[in-house]
Amino acid sequence: MSNTRIRIDFMRGRRVAAMLSLIAILIAIGSLALRGLEFGLDFTSGTSVRLNFSQTAPIDAVNSELEQAGYEDAVVVNFGSDRDIRVLLPLDPDAEAANEAEQAALTGEAIAALLRERVDSGVILLGSDYVSAKVGEELAEQGGLGMLVALGIIMLYIAVRFQFKFSVGAVVALAHDLLFTLGIFSLTGMEFNLNTLAALLAIIGYSLNDTIVVSDRIRENFRTLRKTEPVATVNISLNQTLGRTMITSFTTLLVLFSILLMGGESTRGFAIALIVGVIVGTYSSIYVASNVIIFMKVTREDLLIPVKEAAEADGAMT
Amino acid sequence: MLNHYPAWKNLLILFAMVLGVLYSVPNLYPDDEALQVTHESQELVQADLDNITTALEAAQLASIGQELNDSGILLRFDGVDEQLRAKTAIEDALTDDYIVALNLAPTTPGWMQAIGAGKMNLGLDLQGGVHFLMEVDMEAAVLGRMEDNLSNVRSILRELRIRTRGLTMVDSSHIEVRFASADDRSRARSELIDNFPELQFQNREAGGLSHLDLRMTEDTMLQIRRDTLQANRTTLLNRVDALGVAEPTVQQQGANRIVVELPGVQDPAQAIRILQRIATLEFHLEAGPGAPRSSFETYDYVAPEGVFTVNVDNDVILQGDRISNVRPSLDQNGLPQVQISLDAQGGNQINRVTRDNVGRMMDILLIETRSRTSLVIDENGEEIEEVEFYEDRRLISHARINSALGRQFVITGLTQREAMDLSLLISSGSLAAPMTIVEQSVIGPTMGRENLEQGIRGVQIAAVLVVLFMLLYYRVFGLAANAALIMNIVLIFAVLSSVLPATLTLPGIVGIVLTVGMAVDANVLIFTRIKEELRNGLPPQQAISAGYDRAFTTILDANLTTFLVAVVLFTIGTGPVKGFSVTLMIGIITSMFTAIVGTRALVNLIYGRRRDLRSLSIGIAPVKPATGKH
Repeated sequence: MSNTRIRIDFMRGRRVAAMLSLIAILIAIGSLALRGLEFGLDFTSGTSVRLNFSQTAPIDAVNSELEQAGYEDAVVVNFGSDRDIRVLLPLDPDAEAANEAEQAALTGEAIAALLRERVDSGVILLGSDYVSAKVGEELAEQGGLGMLVALGIIMLYIAVRFQFKFSVGAVVALAHDLLFTLGIFSLTGMEFNLNTLAALLAIIGYSLNDTIVVSDRIRENFRTLRKTEPVATVNISLNQTLGRTMITSFTTLLVLFSILLMGGESTRGFAIALIVGVIVGTYSSIYVASNVIIFMKVTREDLLIPVKEAAEADGAMT
Repeated sequence: MLNHYPAWKNLLILFAMVLGVLYSVPNLYPDDEALQVTHESQELVQADLDNITTALEAAQLASIGQELNDSGILLRFDGVDEQLRAKTAIEDALTDDYIVALNLAPTTPGWMQAIGAGKMNLGLDLQGGVHFLMEVDMEAAVLGRMEDNLSNVRSILRELRIRTRGLTMVDSSHIEVRFASADDRSRARSELIDNFPELQFQNREAGGLSHLDLRMTEDTMLQIRRDTLQANRTTLLNRVDALGVAEPTVQQQGANRIVVELPGVQDPAQAIRILQRIATLEFHLEAGPGAPRSSFETYDYVAPEGVFTVNVDNDVILQGDRISNVRPSLDQNGLPQVQISLDAQGGNQINRVTRDNVGRMMDILLIETRSRTSLVIDENGEEIEEVEFYEDRRLISHARINSALGRQFVITGLTQREAMDLSLLISSGSLAAPMTIVEQSVIGPTMGRENLEQGIRGVQIAAVLVVLFMLLYYRVFGLAANAALIMNIVLIFAVLSSVLPATLTLPGIVGIVLTVGMAVDANVLIFTRIKEELRNGLPPQQAISAGYDRAFTTILDANLTTFLVAVVLFTIGTGPVKGFSVTLMIGIITSMFTAIVGTRALVNLIYGRRRDLRSLSIGIAPVKPATGKH
C-alpha cells in the first residue's frame, strides 16, 4: 500500500484535543445548567401571534398599544425582517384549557384588528399558535426520550456490526456533538424550538455517518496492516478518509448555508443548529470517536471476531 | 477487465427513471383557485348551478370551469381575487344552508390522474390553514359508561324486586351495591353477572351490610378508550366534512389525541365552533305522573303544534355512544322516519327498559357544551371578560314507545324536515366523550406561500452549488454523480406524490435539502476510493470496480445507521419531526439506489467497454502508478 503514509499526524494532538473537548463540554453543561435554553413556544406553551407590517414595525408603539388594550404580559419581538413581528402571550394559569384555545384563535384576530386601527392599516395576520402547557411538557419529554432511544439503538447496531469499543466511541462522539450544539444555543440565547430539536436529531444522523466511515476504515486497516501500532493505524485511517470527510462536510455546509440565507425565518434555527453540528461532527469523528477507541485500548484481536464479510480475518485466525 | 451491467439492470434503472419522472411531473401543473359549494343536507342540482351563475353574472365575475358532481358544485376561477369576490357573491345569493368553501382544483390531465399520479400534499406550513390538536377526555368516557351501568343495575334489581340499602358509584371504575343480607346479595349477583360481562364482581362485608363491588376491568377500560377515540374521530370527520374544506386531515395521535388539519381555512374561530359542537346524547323515559320532584327535570319541547313542557326522568336508559348509525328514511307507507341502530349492549339495554314501558314516552336529550362571554367585575374593581362554559341540555325528541325496542328501531310521526333535522342532531350528539383543544396553530396564506417559495429556492440553490462543486472536483465522474443527484430528487418527489400518502412540510423540504448534501456522500466515498486504487497502481477498469466494491460496506453501514435514527424519529416524533424523518428515510433509500447503481450504470456506459482505458476523468491526476510495489 503506497498511501499508508501519514500526511497529518492527527493522533499526536489527541491529548490536547481531548482537553479542549472536555473544556468545551464542561462549558456547555455549565451554561445549560445555569442559563438553560431559550425554549420556544413549542415547549413553553402559550399563544404566539405573527404579524406583518407594511413598513418597519414600530415595536415601541405596538408594545404600548398592547399594554393599553390589556395584554400586559405580551412580549413583542422582530422575526425575520424588520417588518415582521411576533407577539408572545404567556399562558394564563387560571384559565381553563378549553377556553384558552378558543381565545387564542380570537386573540390573533383581535390584536391584528387593534394594530390595524391604531398603528398601521396594512397589518397582515400571518398566523397564530397556541400550545397548552401539557403538550409543551410532553414534547420536551418526547424529544429527550427520542434522543436516548436513538443513541441506544445506534450503540447496539455498532456493537453488532463493529465492536463494543467502537460503539462507545460513536456514542461518546454523538453525545459530544449534541451537548456542544445545545451549549451554543444556551450561550447565545437562540430560541430552541421543535425545528431545532429536529435538527439535533439530524445531527445524530450526520455525525454518525462520519464516525461510521472512519470506523469502517480503522476496522479494515486493523485487519490488513498487521504490523502497525494501533495509534498509527488510526492515524493512517484518518488520513485516508480525510478527503472524503472534508468534501462531504463541505457539500453539506454549502447546502446548509443556502438554507440559512434563502430559507427564511422558519428554518433559520434548524440551519444554524445543523451548521454547528456538522462542523463539530466532523471534528468529533476525527478526534472524539478515534480517541475513545484508542483510550479503550483497541487491539487487532478485537476486530478478528468473525464478522460475516471478514474473509481476510478468517485467514488470519488459522 | 471490463465494467458493464447486464441489460436487465440497465432496464431496471431506466424503468425507475421513467416512473420517477411520470409520478413527479404532476407537481408542475399549477392548481386552479376554486370554490366548492355544498349543502348541509341536500344534493345540489342544476337549478343551484343556474342560481350561482346568475349571481356571478350580476357581480360581473366569470368562472373558468364549472362542474356539478356528487360532492357538490366545483367552480374554477382565474386568480385568488376573483375567487374571493365570487365567494362573497355566491354566499350573498344563497341561503345559509349552503356551504361555500375555498378550494384548489387540480389541472393535471385525466390520464395522469387515472394512473394515480397526483400532486404532493402540502403541509399547512406551506399552504396556510388551521391545525388543531384535540384531546379526548377518556375519563369522561369511562365515567359515562359506568353511569350507564349504574342505572342498569338499579333497574334490573328493581325488576327482580331485590331490595338494596343503596347504590354508590365510588369512582369511575367502581360501583358499590349494599344489601341487608348475604342472601339478597347472592340472588342479585347471580342475576347481574350474566348482564354485565365486562364487570368483575366481588363480595365484601362492611358496617353490618353485605356489599357487592362491581369493578370495570383494565381490558374493558382500554377497549372503551379505543372505541371512544374512534367514535370521536368519526364524528369529527363528519363535522369537518360539513366545513367543506378540501383535503382535511383527521388523524389519531397517541392514545388520546386527534389531529385536525384544515388547509386553507383562515377563520379558526369558526372552525372551532363547528368542531367544538361537543355534544352528547341521552335517552330517558318521561317521568310518571306521581313521580317525586327530585327524580325528574323539566324541559321545553318544541313541537309543530307548539311548545310544551315535559318531565324527563333522571335515569339514563342509554348513552349516545351506543348508537352505531342514524339516518332519515321512509317507512313502507312512504312516511318519513328516523332509523337508529345500536350496538349489542345498547340493544339489550333499551329492550329491557322498553318492554315494560310500552305506551310511555321516551325522550332524547342533546347535551352541548357551550361557552359564553360575560363582563364581570374582578377583585380590583375592573371590568374583565370572562368566558364560562355551561351545559346546554335540549329535548330533541319526545316519542311514544309503541313496542319493545331492540337494536334497530325507528322514530316515526315526523315531517321530512323534522326527520332530517333529528337525524342530524342525533349524529352530531354521538360524540362519545368531550374534547378540548390542546394545541392550535393558524398559518396565514402569505406565510405559507413564503415558506414554500423560500423552501424551493433553498433546494434549488443548494442543488446548483453541489452540482457545480461535484462537476469541478470530479469532472466526468462528477457528471455521473450529478445525474444521480437529480434523479434522486425526482424519485423523492415521485414517492412523496404518489406512493406514500405523505405530506410535504417545511421540515420535510429541509430533509430533502439535507439528503441532497448527504446523497453525494456515497459518491464521494466511491470516488475517493477509486482515486486511491488508482494511486495504488490498479488499472482504471479494476480501480472502478474495486472502488465501488470496497466503498459499498461503508455506505451501507453509514446509511443504515442514519436510517435507524430516522425510524426512531418517525416512531416517537410528531409534526415537524415526523415530516423531516419521512423525507430523510425516503431520501436514504433513493439515494442509495441512484448513487450506487445509477452512477455505476453511467460510469459503465462511459468507460466500461474501453479495453485500452488509460486514465479516468475523476478530478486529480492520479499519482504515478507505484508499479505493484506494496
